[in-house]
Amino acid sequence: MSPVQTGAPPVDETSSPTRSLKWRAIAAPVLRNKSALFAVGILAVFIFLAIFGPLLIEGDPKAKVGDVFEPPSRQFWLGTDGGGASMLDLLIAGARISLLIGFCAAAISALIGGTVGILSGFFGGRTDTVLMRTTDYFLVIPDVPLIIVIAALFGRSTWNIIVIIGVIYWTFTARLLRAQTKSVRERVYVQRARALGAGNTRLVVRHVLPQVTPLLIANTVLLIAYAIFAETFITFLGLGDPATISWGSLIENAFKDDAIINDAWWAVIPPGVCVMLVVLACTIIGQTMEDALNPRLRTGHLSVRRFRVLRPKEQQES
Amino acid sequence: MRGADFVVKRVLFALGTVFVAITLNFVLFRAISGDAVSALRCRQCTQEFKEYQRRTLGLDKSKWEQYTIYLRDLAHGNMGRSLRTEEPVTHVLWEPLKTTIPMVALGTLFAIVFGVATGVIAAWRRGTAADKGVLWGGLGFYSMPPQWLGLVIVLFIAGRIGLPTSGVKDPTLGILSDPGFIEVLVDRLEHMILPALTLGLVLFGEYTLIVRSAMLETLGEDYILTSRAKGLKNWSTVWRHGFRNAMLPVITLIALSLGFVIGGAITVEYVFSYPGIGLLVVEAIDQRDYPVLQAAFLLLTFSVILFNLVADLLYFKLDPRVTE
Repeated sequence: MSPVQTGAPPVDETSSPTRSLKWRAIAAPVLRNKSALFAVGILAVFIFLAIFGPLLIEGDPKAKVGDVFEPPSRQFWLGTDGGGASMLDLLIAGARISLLIGFCAAAISALIGGTVGILSGFFGGRTDTVLMRTTDYFLVIPDVPLIIVIAALFGRSTWNIIVIIGVIYWTFTARLLRAQTKSVRERVYVQRARALGAGNTRLVVRHVLPQVTPLLIANTVLLIAYAIFAETFITFLGLGDPATISWGSLIENAFKDDAIINDAWWAVIPPGVCVMLVVLACTIIGQTMEDALNPRLRTGHLSVRRFRVLRPKEQQES
Repeated sequence: MRGADFVVKRVLFALGTVFVAITLNFVLFRAISGDAVSALRCRQCTQEFKEYQRRTLGLDKSKWEQYTIYLRDLAHGNMGRSLRTEEPVTHVLWEPLKTTIPMVALGTLFAIVFGVATGVIAAWRRGTAADKGVLWGGLGFYSMPPQWLGLVIVLFIAGRIGLPTSGVKDPTLGILSDPGFIEVLVDRLEHMILPALTLGLVLFGEYTLIVRSAMLETLGEDYILTSRAKGLKNWSTVWRHGFRNAMLPVITLIALSLGFVIGGAITVEYVFSYPGIGLLVVEAIDQRDYPVLQAAFLLLTFSVILFNLVADLLYFKLDPRVTE
């Protein structure tokens, strides 16, 4: 089964409101899709490594335990790097920082984007104009050069990198959440709650938020992939935290220590494969959830969708 | 007249974005602790040199004064001088720009041609082995960090087919004899091909997925069903009714992905020591040569804004339904 389409039944737009979060709506399409399930498995393995990995490593992963660029052997399953440290240990240690950056940065983006999107969609009018104009400007300014410039000016610590990535990637989320909030706001039960005298805060928290949160979660999973990717860029350009180990820094070290000239493929391949697997897994999971949740993206009699996170034209008009 | 309104609106928006970028560029580089000069790293950068730079940059004036001076200079095309070499930044950018453009163009062209071709085929033959191959291949390339793919290509491919892996030209060329035009061209292409291929493959992954989804969506429209029912040939349905409509959103999405193209180009140039804008940015970061970094950031941002504007106008021209 392909990861980009799912056969989830359409959400009934007129159904009575559920105040609680629809966890089943998020989980069901993922559980039904074979490749998404596989992706969840991959991600689970890496999360496990990130949490318990340090327990599996004896001592400092950066410690010199063998020769420089020793090929894979029974002692060092993935060989050693340019400093004589075990590649396997480094990879396991790197999982923690890479995933930490991915998850935290995505959470910051989701928080900013979600807030902007919900406020903009719920209140409309001048709030909407101001917020969306700002979002539009930041949507066009290229993300990677901006991240690089900010990192060059402020970077060099893991938390700085997390914040930098987090404050750049909120624009997609804001647009998506705005469209969804606008459609929720118009539904009958929200109107009814308003007629009964519910205030704005109550409407947003009790009625709008539970309806848009699943989509926000799906989008956040996609953002994790972006954030991990961005971290490898920043680190590769020498702007990462020099004291920590991440997959990005392992790729950087392989390049700087001339793994290429030494023909040490084992120092180059594994960190990239790890990044690839996590990015792939997050992309597949996020897309599958979003497909099932976002009715706007389901059109025609063949339920298929565009690949990217948003459809700028259509959502602008909505 | 249809469109005058739209064009004016989009151009104004682009100008607004340019202004935001310019201001952001000013604010970011003034918000750092210390100032632009104190972090400068080079051999000849003594304390006196830094003091002198501070005065020439006007860093002793008030922020507002600095901002107006910055805007005025920019309006005159004056982006300052490199802190290290004293050369005007516009000169510093010129040579690398000429080196980068052909490489990025080659890579993007490769990605568009192959991405569109495979994406259309995958959507047309939906669910077959070909479709699955394209889908997983696309997802695979899409998930690879470009700098890593570059290293892998150098490691496994470059040596075997004997292509150079660094620089933009053979240093020995032209020492003993005067090389002909063809010789120089071949040499440049040989140096360009691997970075372009790396960038192209990563983009190919993204484009093929975009095209496939757009195409699938279009093929699900009612007018496709109608054209099938009319008895049009399969090829004609896919090409004339499906492809042409599916390409509309693809134009916008490709323009939006340009920020990513540039990011990829920077790291790829670094891997291949290809002396373009990307390598210049890396060097400027390394030496904290902020005027060069600022100018490069503006250049990259302006080009993305311009391409987005062009994509918007193109979309408008091609799709009569857009009335906004």
